[in-house]
Amino acid sequence: MSNEVAILGVGMHPYGKWGRSFVEYGVKAAQDAIQDAGIEWTDVQFVAGGETMRNGYPGYVAAATFAQALGWTGAQVTSTYGACASGSQAINVARAQILSGMCEVALVVGADAAPKGFFAPQGGERGDDPDWLRFRLLGATNPIYFGLYARRRMELYGSTEEDFARVKVKNARHGLTNEYARYRKAFTLEDVLASPMVSDPLRLMQICATSDGGAALVLCSMEYARKQTTNPVTIAAVSTVTPQFPQSVIEMPNFATDSAAGAEIPDTPFKDSITKQAYEEAGLGPEDMSLAEVYDLSSALELDWYENIGLCKPGEAERLLNDGDTTIGGRVPVNSSGGLSCFGEAVPAQAIAQVCELTWQLRGQAGERQIEGARAGVTANQGLFGHGSSVIVKR
Amino acid sequence: MAKTKTPAVEGWFTLDEAGPALLGTRCGGCGTYFFPKETVVCRNPRCFSTELSEVELSRRGRVWSFTNNCYPPPAPYVSPDPFEPYAIAAVELELEKMVVLGQVADGIPVEGLEAGLEVELVLDTLFEDDENEYLIWKWRPTAV
Repeated sequence: MSNEVAILGVGMHPYGKWGRSFVEYGVKAAQDAIQDAGIEWTDVQFVAGGETMRNGYPGYVAAATFAQALGWTGAQVTSTYGACASGSQAINVARAQILSGMCEVALVVGADAAPKGFFAPQGGERGDDPDWLRFRLLGATNPIYFGLYARRRMELYGSTEEDFARVKVKNARHGLTNEYARYRKAFTLEDVLASPMVSDPLRLMQICATSDGGAALVLCSMEYARKQTTNPVTIAAVSTVTPQFPQSVIEMPNFATDSAAGAEIPDTPFKDSITKQAYEEAGLGPEDMSLAEVYDLSSALELDWYENIGLCKPGEAERLLNDGDTTIGGRVPVNSSGGLSCFGEAVPAQAIAQVCELTWQLRGQAGERQIEGARAGVTANQGLFGHGSSVIVKR
Repeated sequence: MAKTKTPAVEGWFTLDEAGPALLGTRCGGCGTYFFPKETVVCRNPRCFSTELSEVELSRRGRVWSFTNNCYPPPAPYVSPDPFEPYAIAAVELELEKMVVLGQVADGIPVEGLEAGLEVELVLDTLFEDDENEYLIWKWRPTAV
C-alpha cells in the first residue's frame, strides 16, 4: 500500500510584524490553500491546527479556532503542539487520518503572532520547568544554544565567521523576490559582519527573528486528488522522531546532555535521525533530493543541517556552501524560499511553510527563484524538548 | 549587615565554597548520571532501575563549546544594571560522560576560552535582593 497523500493546495500569509491576531493570518493562509486546491471549505472533513503558546486560549485550540473563523461546518479537528515542530505534527495527524481512510480531505493550518525580541518562557515562578529555569539560572536564551553549536563548528572544523555570514548572504538573495518573506533585501558579507554581536560568534543578522505569519496545506487521498488534477505533488514521508538515549548533544532547554556512562551513544545522532527516518519511509536518499528547506535558526546551524540531512559528510558543509552547491542554480539548493533568515519564525507555521515552498518548487510555480526540474525535496526542522520534524515531498 | 547566602536553586549544588560540586543522581543499575537529578526512574530505556542515589559530580571538566550574552537576557533572568556581557560554557565531564552548562566565572570573556580548556566549578553571585545574595555554580579556567 502506498503511504502517499497528495498536496492539493498550499497557502501562506506574508510574514512580518503586523500586530494583528494569529487567527487572521491562519484564515488567510487557509483560504488561499483551499482556493489553490480548487475545492470549497465545506469539502474539508478534517482540520489539523499547529498550536501556539502565545495567543491565549484560541492558540491552544488552534484547529477549532480556525474552523470557527472559517465558519463551522462540523469538520473534525485536532490541535498539536511540538514547539517549532508543531506544524509537522499537524501534517502527520492529517496524513494518518487520510491514509487510514478516516477522511479524504484535510486542512492543515499554523499561524502565530510572535512577541518582539528574545523568546522568553511563560511568566510566574516556575521552578519545576526547565524552560523557565534555563533563563533564570543561566540566562540561556535560544541564541546561547545556537552560539554553542556555531563555536563548536569553528573549534572542530575551523569554520570562520565569514562562512557563517555567507549563509546569510545566500539566503537573503534567495528570498529577495519571495512575496511572503518579511525581509527582502540583499546584504553583503561586510553588512553581515558589521551587525552587532548577540551570542559570539553569531551576530544579529545571523539569528532568526520572531515573526507574525501563517501557512496552510490542503491534503487529500491519492484517489481524491486524481479527480481534481493529473499530476499532484505528494507527501512521501513524514518524520516526527524523538532522540535515542543517550542524547549526547546539548539541546534547548536542557542544562546538560544525557550521560553516556551507562549506555552506548547511538550510531545515528538525533539530528541525523530526523531525515534518516523520512528517507527510509520514502525509499529515497539525499542524492535524490533536488532541494531542501532546513531550519536556519542561525546561519551556522544551516551548515550543521547540510551534514545532518546527508548532503555531505561532517566538516564539509562550508565547502558545499562556498562552491555554490546550495545556492539556486547549484546542485542542491537549500532554503530557496529565503529560509528563516528572510522570514523570521512564526513557530507553528514554520514546518508547514517549508512544505509550501517545496510544493511551489515542484510544481514549477516558484517564479524568479524557481529551481529547474525539481523532482523531490526534503524539509528538516526541530522543536524544543526533542521534537524531530521532516517531510519529503515529491512529484 | 551581611546578606544571607542563599542558593538560587535548592539542591542542585553543595554550598562548600572551597570545593563546591553539582549534585546529580547516579543509577545503581546501569551507572548513568543525571543532572539535574532524576529521582523517579532511570531514563536509560534498557535499564528502568529505580535505584537512583544522590552523588556529587566531578568538579573539573573540559570546555566543549562556549558563547556569550552580549545583551541582557529576558526575565526571569535578573540582569545587573548596567549589564555586562558574560560567557556561558558547555563543559564535558569525563567520568560522567556528559556536558553541563554554566556561566563562566570572573567575567572571563570568550577570548579567554577554547575547546579542551580545563575548568573547575566555583560558586558565585547570580543576583542579590535586600536580604539575600543568591548563589549559582560557574565554570572557571583552572589555569587562571
